[in-house]
Amino acid sequence: MSYLKRALLGASALTVMGIAAQAETLTIATVNNGDMIRMQKMTAPFTEANPDITLEWVTLEENILRERVTTDIATKGGQYDVLTIGTYEVPIWAKQDWLVPLNDLPAEYDAADLLPSISAALSVDNTLYAVPFYGESAMVMYRKDLAEAAGVTIPDSPTWTDIKTAAEKMTNKDGEVYGICLRGKPGWGENMAFLTAMANSYGGRWFDMDWKPQFDSPEWSEALNDYLALMTNYGPPGASSNGFNENLSLFQQGKCGIWIDATVAASFVTDPANSTVTDMVGFAQFPNKEGVDNHGNWLWAWSLAIPASSDAPDAAKKFVAWATSKDYTAQVAATDGWRSAPPGTRTSLYENAEYQAAAPFAAMTLTSMNAANTTKSSVQDIPYSGGQFVAIPEFQGIGTAVGQQFSAALAGQMSAADALAGAQANTTREMTRAGYIK
Amino acid sequence: MARAVSRNTRIGWTIAAWFVALLIFFPILYAIITSFKSEQEAIAGFDLIPSFTLESYREVQSQYNYFRPFMNSVIIAVGSTVLALLVAIPAAWAMAFSPTKRTKDILMWMLSTKMMPAVAVLVPIYLIFLRTGLLDTRTGLVIVLMLMNLPIVVWMLYTYFREIPGEILEAARMDGATLGQEIMHVLAPMAVPGIASTLLLNIILAWNEAFWTIQLTTTNAAPLSAFIASFSSPQGLFWAKLSAASTLAIAPILIMGWFSQKQLVRGLTFGAVK
Repeated sequence: MSYLKRALLGASALTVMGIAAQAETLTIATVNNGDMIRMQKMTAPFTEANPDITLEWVTLEENILRERVTTDIATKGGQYDVLTIGTYEVPIWAKQDWLVPLNDLPAEYDAADLLPSISAALSVDNTLYAVPFYGESAMVMYRKDLAEAAGVTIPDSPTWTDIKTAAEKMTNKDGEVYGICLRGKPGWGENMAFLTAMANSYGGRWFDMDWKPQFDSPEWSEALNDYLALMTNYGPPGASSNGFNENLSLFQQGKCGIWIDATVAASFVTDPANSTVTDMVGFAQFPNKEGVDNHGNWLWAWSLAIPASSDAPDAAKKFVAWATSKDYTAQVAATDGWRSAPPGTRTSLYENAEYQAAAPFAAMTLTSMNAANTTKSSVQDIPYSGGQFVAIPEFQGIGTAVGQQFSAALAGQMSAADALAGAQANTTREMTRAGYIK
Repeated sequence: MARAVSRNTRIGWTIAAWFVALLIFFPILYAIITSFKSEQEAIAGFDLIPSFTLESYREVQSQYNYFRPFMNSVIIAVGSTVLALLVAIPAAWAMAFSPTKRTKDILMWMLSTKMMPAVAVLVPIYLIFLRTGLLDTRTGLVIVLMLMNLPIVVWMLYTYFREIPGEILEAARMDGATLGQEIMHVLAPMAVPGIASTLLLNIILAWNEAFWTIQLTTTNAAPLSAFIASFSSPQGLFWAKLSAASTLAIAPILIMGWFSQKQLVRGLTFGAVK
């Protein structure tokens, strides 16, 4: 073998070894939803542009994901490089220094383009700790055809009285059409997400400035009693078992007149592949009680964050910047159409004429998201942040316990007064135990 | 003296047995039925007649490579079972044929470890795995599942060994058999039905384990339990896909159970009738 050939082979081997030495594997923990699954299939442009980075996905059920990630971060396990977390976790984990700050993303990322409410929800002390993959608020989705047939109009910014009137007139239980479908399944992220937003819109709050629970307040009493009356009179049977997915199915099958839930559902109910009511859906803002200037303040974003324990933070930053970039949105639009673009993250998406044309829910989604203020979710003074949740570590347990009380009331197992009294006693006990109430 | 059983009684018991068997098997059957439904059908309500679509299986296959978690499940279930038997056979021999006055206490103590909720020791075990580099490794899972199932394996083998007359082992000893020969050539062949059923039951337990296998793995060692868990969706319909994933995950163990049911029953009833 000639000297030149040996030299070339040696150089090639060194190059290969060099690449191998630099190769990094990013382990990405995520939940299973349509947008995330789509992203897993569309990473080719990223891996082609970054051949030294390999992506490994860990897809888990939402609660298992929280457990796994919490254990890993708390023990500095370093098993994950990118986490999919929500607006609930970000402020709590950022304050613990569990997340890598993301204020130094490249200029072309255009962080200023992120929706202000989402950006604020993912920041602590003006430092961004996660970037949104898709975001949502809550809004009213209703059947325009049923409303028209019933002779009712739902305004763009309805009150709860408007909703009650419309639900009553649209109900046809013999025809299996229920005036209103709302979450009843117990859980801090299920019925309590809705009921917390509803209480906010009645002027209620979870805690006063001394962290004393407020379930004994007239606002909570009125909100819960109205919710139970709506669901009992105009809701579907077995509603205490219905969460997002069950109501989605009912609405898609044409069995709900009104459904008030996450804005992300709008793309599902208008999807011709799965919905029977595609062209008949109207949208309106989350209702408020007359005289209360508050539309629930529901705000959520599944977001990508980098744990402080990651051993590849720079590669992880490249990935999160790519996955939440305008380029990725354009890539999704080119492949699956503009309707499939991840919603609720960037102002530019809502200014895009093609998106507006493809997504009839775009304008109301943007209005709803811009109306949310998670630092002041109640018209009264509050010591916490969060819209449809309270951003404290204890909330998952407390919220689910309260949700069980309210779900039991919906199932007819206890009265609204007893459910509120139980929620008050249980929350007071837990908050005292956790040291919030001195 | 055997009592004559009337034909009607026999038919009655047969129907009752089939009813109970169907009741126990029904959740699995319904998951299989649901796997052949569309997502809309799956959530629409109780219905035993699916549209026989394979859409969910296609989706599951396109989202996840089945072979990798399947191989992990095989290695973890078989590995932990073999290791548990290697430890448990001598232990059960000692307790059955050379008991001390503390043997019962030790057996009870071993069983009591099963009464503690697994999550209570999650953090210490997680930290041990982290420090020793066992996180997300098949070796780590083999060890933890072996330890988890060891009390049951020892108890089952102890029960089977107690049915074997000690005199036979004594005779072997008189003939000059060493301890190893006594266990390998005399005890083990006589206890084959018991060992086989213990092995099969332990493989089933290890295959179905879904706490440690999810908590201690990420990508490399994740078995079929993690595969199933990945199809639960917070926003979007998933029941049919979850059922398809579950069917794919339980299919190997169902097939194994079907073909080995004779050994399983023989082992479980070993010594029941003298």
